[in-house]
Amino acid sequence: MFVHLSAFYSYRSLPFCRFFLQIEEEEGGDSFDIHISVSDPEKVGDGMNAYMAYKVTTKTSVALFRQRDFSVKRRFSDFLGLHSKLASKYLHIGYIVPPAPEKSIVGMTKVKVGKEDQSSNEFVERRRSALERYLMRTVKHPILLKDPDVLQFLESSELPRAVNTQALSSAGILRMVNKAAEAVNKMTIKMNESDAWFEEKQQHFENLDAQLRKLHASVECLVCHRKELSVNTAQFAKSAAMLGNSEDHTALSRALSQLAEVEEKIDQLHQDQANADFYLFSELLGDYVRLISAVKGVFDQRMKTWQKWQDSQMLLQKKREAEAKLQFTNKPDKLQQTKDEIKELEGRVQQGERDFEQISKTIRKEVSRFEKDRVKDFKMSIVKYLESLVQTQQQLIKYWEAFLPEAKAIS
Amino acid sequence: MSSFDENNKERLRSVSVDLNNDASLLIDIPDALCERDKVKFTVHTKTTLSSFQKPEFSVPRQHEDFIWLHDTLVETEDYAGLIIPPAPPKPDFESPREKMHKLGEGEATMTKEEYTKMKQELEAEYLAVFKKTVQVHEVFLQRLSSHPVLSKDRNFQIFLEYDQDLSVRRKNAKEMFGGFFKNMVKSADEVLIAGVKEVDDFFEQEKTFLLDYFSKIKEATAKAEKMTRSHKNIADDYIRLSATLNSLSAEESTNYYIIKFCLKLFQNFLRVCLKKVEGRVASDEELKLTELLRYYMRDIQAAKDLLYRRARALADYENSNKALDKARLKGKDVSQAEEHQKRCLQKFDTLSESGKKELTNFKARRVVAFRKNLVEMAELEVKHAKNNMTLLQGCIELLSGN
Repeated sequence: MFVHLSAFYSYRSLPFCRFFLQIEEEEGGDSFDIHISVSDPEKVGDGMNAYMAYKVTTKTSVALFRQRDFSVKRRFSDFLGLHSKLASKYLHIGYIVPPAPEKSIVGMTKVKVGKEDQSSNEFVERRRSALERYLMRTVKHPILLKDPDVLQFLESSELPRAVNTQALSSAGILRMVNKAAEAVNKMTIKMNESDAWFEEKQQHFENLDAQLRKLHASVECLVCHRKELSVNTAQFAKSAAMLGNSEDHTALSRALSQLAEVEEKIDQLHQDQANADFYLFSELLGDYVRLISAVKGVFDQRMKTWQKWQDSQMLLQKKREAEAKLQFTNKPDKLQQTKDEIKELEGRVQQGERDFEQISKTIRKEVSRFEKDRVKDFKMSIVKYLESLVQTQQQLIKYWEAFLPEAKAIS
Repeated sequence: MSSFDENNKERLRSVSVDLNNDASLLIDIPDALCERDKVKFTVHTKTTLSSFQKPEFSVPRQHEDFIWLHDTLVETEDYAGLIIPPAPPKPDFESPREKMHKLGEGEATMTKEEYTKMKQELEAEYLAVFKKTVQVHEVFLQRLSSHPVLSKDRNFQIFLEYDQDLSVRRKNAKEMFGGFFKNMVKSADEVLIAGVKEVDDFFEQEKTFLLDYFSKIKEATAKAEKMTRSHKNIADDYIRLSATLNSLSAEESTNYYIIKFCLKLFQNFLRVCLKKVEGRVASDEELKLTELLRYYMRDIQAAKDLLYRRARALADYENSNKALDKARLKGKDVSQAEEHQKRCLQKFDTLSESGKKELTNFKARRVVAFRKNLVEMAELEVKHAKNNMTLLQGCIELLSGN
């Protein structure tokens, strides 16, 4: 049996085995026609019991849904509840479940207390965007889309309130997954990685994780500096206006005032660009850092599954040894009991092997789907980001070309 | 250690307008050496004037020599009615030096490529500071050479011609003036100018204008400096980003799908285009706008100094009047007092006359310089934005096509 298995796995890890890959591609090939938007954040209630309600609108032609265009109201804990249900159902069998957005006590408290300032508005917008991306990623998954909890989340006007969201936050789920990873590491019997594919992929995701974190930090720095530039430009615009007022040469005075106006407009450009830097670039990277944690978690689940299988096998071995010993003693009851236990364990071993096979197969499909989506996602975001930069340059040309005749008019 | 070429100089000669025009006395700084923090400028003179020994010659000068020249001109009584061109500021390598320090500290944590890139950036910044300080010293000399009175100054000639070290003269000057005089002038400045009762409309207007304008331009200079520093930060961020993207694209080579191509393109774009253009925008903006503001801030200070000297002359004249009245009352030393009063009046009138001319020229010069720099800045901004756009759109096409 063992020999058969290892042959099976080395067949799969053959680099020239395109056969398997093609299957993966075909299955994940069709694009689902569904679009979800999260909008209209509305504060409900007062004081510390207040919360934000978001409108979740689904537009789709997928037959699973009762309508083509519909919306519901959901709050943040509903999203966390959805994620926890999906995680408990699918993580342990190898599906990469997209993590929900992080909780933020500071951010939410400001909103609850009723601070209607720019930072709390930014927080709500940031969260709204994150929730939208979360849902889109979830429904893009062909298995998750069909899940009744997902359908209920999108369609039902009333949703049972998700309780105990402390344990349900995505961070909580990840902690659970990480605990599994720690346990795996502590195992004295290391998994025999006869399948090079898994080893290679795990290494790949480790490296990717490190790179993306670094990139994310760099982009956060860029966003910060861009915001600083915006502030400094605005301040300069004011000082240029004052200088223009003080200037006694009429034409130069006017030109300086015009310069101040141009710089004010450019300040707005910088703000818009900082937003693009943030939402197209920084948030994307942040999402993928969290997604890769989920991927790593799935690999660890596979290890756990393997370990379970191995444990059952060891137990079976021990029982068989015990049975052999009991053959030479006169304890027919004990012998029968052991035989029964052996039967049960044999069943468990078979199940363990099936589970391990299944999770390995699922992970291969998932990883290939994940990588394909990631490439599309990155490419699309890069193009959008470049387009935002183009926009900025176009505006700059417009502003400076308008200013030029003013400057030339100085005599 | 480092020097630069004529082409780059042409771009920089922008702050003051077309100074080196008079063929009878042409001055430039074609070369400079940087040893640690000491900069040695090569001052090159070409002249048709007979007052000089040779028609063409070069001398090495340090920053302190320029300061000595400036200070002796300021102390010269005969030039009290002139705006003395502001002294060039001391060469400031603080920023690149700080960067070099950071680079040294962070070397262990950076990849080789990052390190090389940052080092290149550092060298470029060092060069930029270097160019700037040469330009400022050159403009100072050219202001002098194009001034009808100052160009004939004996000390100016010595500065240009004397082929020995000027450090001896510098020490003597310090001993003579002690340096306290200038400090005294600075602090009494505003109070005296503001307090004096002005009889002349022209000067009354100028006084009000210059005092207010000075504070506004000082503010604008500070804000412009902050703005260009932010631009530089962003250019640095793009360098770091492109280095990280490089490592990322190396990792993605194991990916079956085409993301590696995507990333390499993006990374190249960031490195070559944006960094270069953002960096260039930062330094062009700095040169045109910030340097312009900075220079005229100092020039206005020099104009204020002129007003101060005139105000002092007026105060002296008023005092001499009072002294004359007292002498007449006492009946003692009347002729002495009369002489003194006449001299004070003469001094005041000379100062006022030349001061008026200088201030009028100054205004004209300022307006022309602002115009030139604002126009050039706007043109450069448009040029860079257009370049950027072409590069970006090319990138997008390549990416979308794949």
